[in-house]
This record gives sequence, C-alpha cells and structure tokens, in this order.
Amino acid sequence: MTKQTGRIFLKGMRHGFPIGLGYFAVSFSLGVIAGKAGLNALQGFVTSLFVRASAGEYGGYTQIAESAAFIELFIMCIVTNARYLLMGAALTQKFKTGESFIKRILMGCCITDEIFAISISYPGQLEPAYPFGATLVAGIMWALGTALGIIAGEVMPLRVVSALSVALYGMFLAIIIPPAKKNLAVAVCVASGFILSYLCSIIPVVNQLSSGIRTIILTIIISAAAAIIKPVNDSDVTKEDTNE
Amino acid sequence: MSNELYILLCILIMILTTNAIRILPIPLIRGKIQNKFIRSFLFYVPYVTLAVMTFPAIMEATQVPIAGIAALLAGIIASYFGLGLFPVAIICCALVFGIEWFMIP
Repeated sequence: MTKQTGRIFLKGMRHGFPIGLGYFAVSFSLGVIAGKAGLNALQGFVTSLFVRASAGEYGGYTQIAESAAFIELFIMCIVTNARYLLMGAALTQKFKTGESFIKRILMGCCITDEIFAISISYPGQLEPAYPFGATLVAGIMWALGTALGIIAGEVMPLRVVSALSVALYGMFLAIIIPPAKKNLAVAVCVASGFILSYLCSIIPVVNQLSSGIRTIILTIIISAAAAIIKPVNDSDVTKEDTNE
Repeated sequence: MSNELYILLCILIMILTTNAIRILPIPLIRGKIQNKFIRSFLFYVPYVTLAVMTFPAIMEATQVPIAGIAALLAGIIASYFGLGLFPVAIICCALVFGIEWFMIP
C-alpha cells in the first residue's frame, strides 16, 4: 500500500465513522427485530457485516420470523435491494479506466445508500481505498449495533427506539439536501420524490405494492423524466465535490 | 430441517443475493457510458431513491406522525445550512424524542 493509498484509506475511515454512528442507532433497532426472528448475536453480527442493507435486512428478518420459504426470502432480498443495482451501474461511471476487476467487484460490494453517496461525491475518479476504509469502519459498527440490539433489544424503552429510528432518514437528508441546494434539477427531483412517494402511499391499489417496489418504480420514472428534461453535462457529473 | 439450519441458510441467501445485486452491473458496464440519457439518468438516481425512501417513511417510523414530520423539516433545514450526516441524524432523533415525550404520556 503506497503512502497515498494509505492516506485515502484513512480518509475513508474518517468519513465512515459518522456514518457508522448513524448506522449504529439504526442497526440497534434492526437487531431487536433480528432477535425476535430467532437470530443470536453472532449470527446477527455476521449477517449485518456481510449484508449491510437496512431495508433489505429488515425485510429479510421479518421473512425469517414468519418462517418464510427460501424463494420468498430471495424475492424479498431482490425487491428491497434492487436500488443497489441502479447504484452499482452509477458507480461504474466513477471507476478509473483500467481499474482491476477484483477491486471493481469489491467496491460494488461496499455499496450501501450512504457509502454509495459519499463515493459518488468523491472528487474526480474513485480511489478504491476510500470506500474500503469507510466500509471497514461503518460496516463493523453496523454489525456491532445489530448484535447489541439482539442482546439488549427487549430492555429498550419504546420511545428510545422510536427516536433512534429516524437517524437513518436524517442521514439521507444530509446526503440529498446539499446537492439540491446547488443544483435546481436535483432539488426538483428530491421534491418530486417526496410528493410522489407520499401519493403512492395513499392511492388505492398502488399503496398495496411493497415499499421496495414503489421505490424502484418511482426512482426509474423520476430519474428518467429528469434525464429527458434536464440532461446533465460532463461538468455537472464530475464537478460534484464533497461537502468537506 | 432444524430451526438453526433454517436460520443459517436464510443468512446465506441474504448475503449472496444482496451482494450479487450490487455487483451484477459491474461486469456488464465497462468504461464510460456514452449515451447522454443513461448518464443523466444515473446521475439523478441516488438523489431520487433517497428522497423516495425518506418520505413518507419517516412519518411511519415514529409513534406519532407529527414527530416524523418535524424531524423531516428539521433535517432539511439543518442539512441546508451545511451540517453533516451525524449532526443532522442527532437533531432528528432528539426532536422526535422531545416531541413524543410531551405527546405520549
């Protein structure tokens, strides 16, 4: 590892830490659910470390709790995580030309909503050490939170669980609002996302679809509309600097 | 099948499926996409996904919807003024805790 790579790895770890703190709060409440589904702390730790998907794990644990068939669990994983497919495709555009295949794959495995967000806002082309460092820290904290949630879950007062459950959304807002402030098209996309997502949750029939499916459909429709109405120039995509 | 084995197999399915979805596009897309539409589409995807996942879900995550709405507004204002991931998350949590403290005896 060169000195430069080491520095980037450390930067990734530093940026991964606040993400990890937010994760910890969320994965703790996820651990409560995993515990109810019958996982022990070690199983929860391993699952969370290698899956690292909030909605995906939530969906998975609820399926396990219902002793669902493997095929149902498999479909649930695909539906709740399908957005990662879009994120993986978007991430390929940040890879350096000639980046090794194994590093591309490993960077793909690092994708979570937050790691993807900081990776995509990395200045210029993505250095693999950055998402690796961030994932090391944030992933371990995510897994620890789940394990502790399984152990301590039952004793947590409901109002604490309720307060912690919005941590994830607070983080999402901190990721999407700053770019929306700088770019009107992004702001319109975010606002349409809020409004249409709300409408889809109250309109009959549509609101029977799982939230994972609604997320995918709305993401495709709104992003495609934005891409047609306001195509981006190369400069828009590359000038995205970090908020640091 | 024992319950223990069932859980282990479920864990394996979750790990394999989730990571397969993440890496599936990578061997398929090599190099820069030239198509302007697809490039623009992929540029907007992350923001739209996160926005769609945030609302109305934030309202359903709390015990009283108004606490979730307050957290949403506070989160938007705090991030607008440049606060980072962690401070924004903490503000949202604290607000929900405070509001529910008064609204739920």
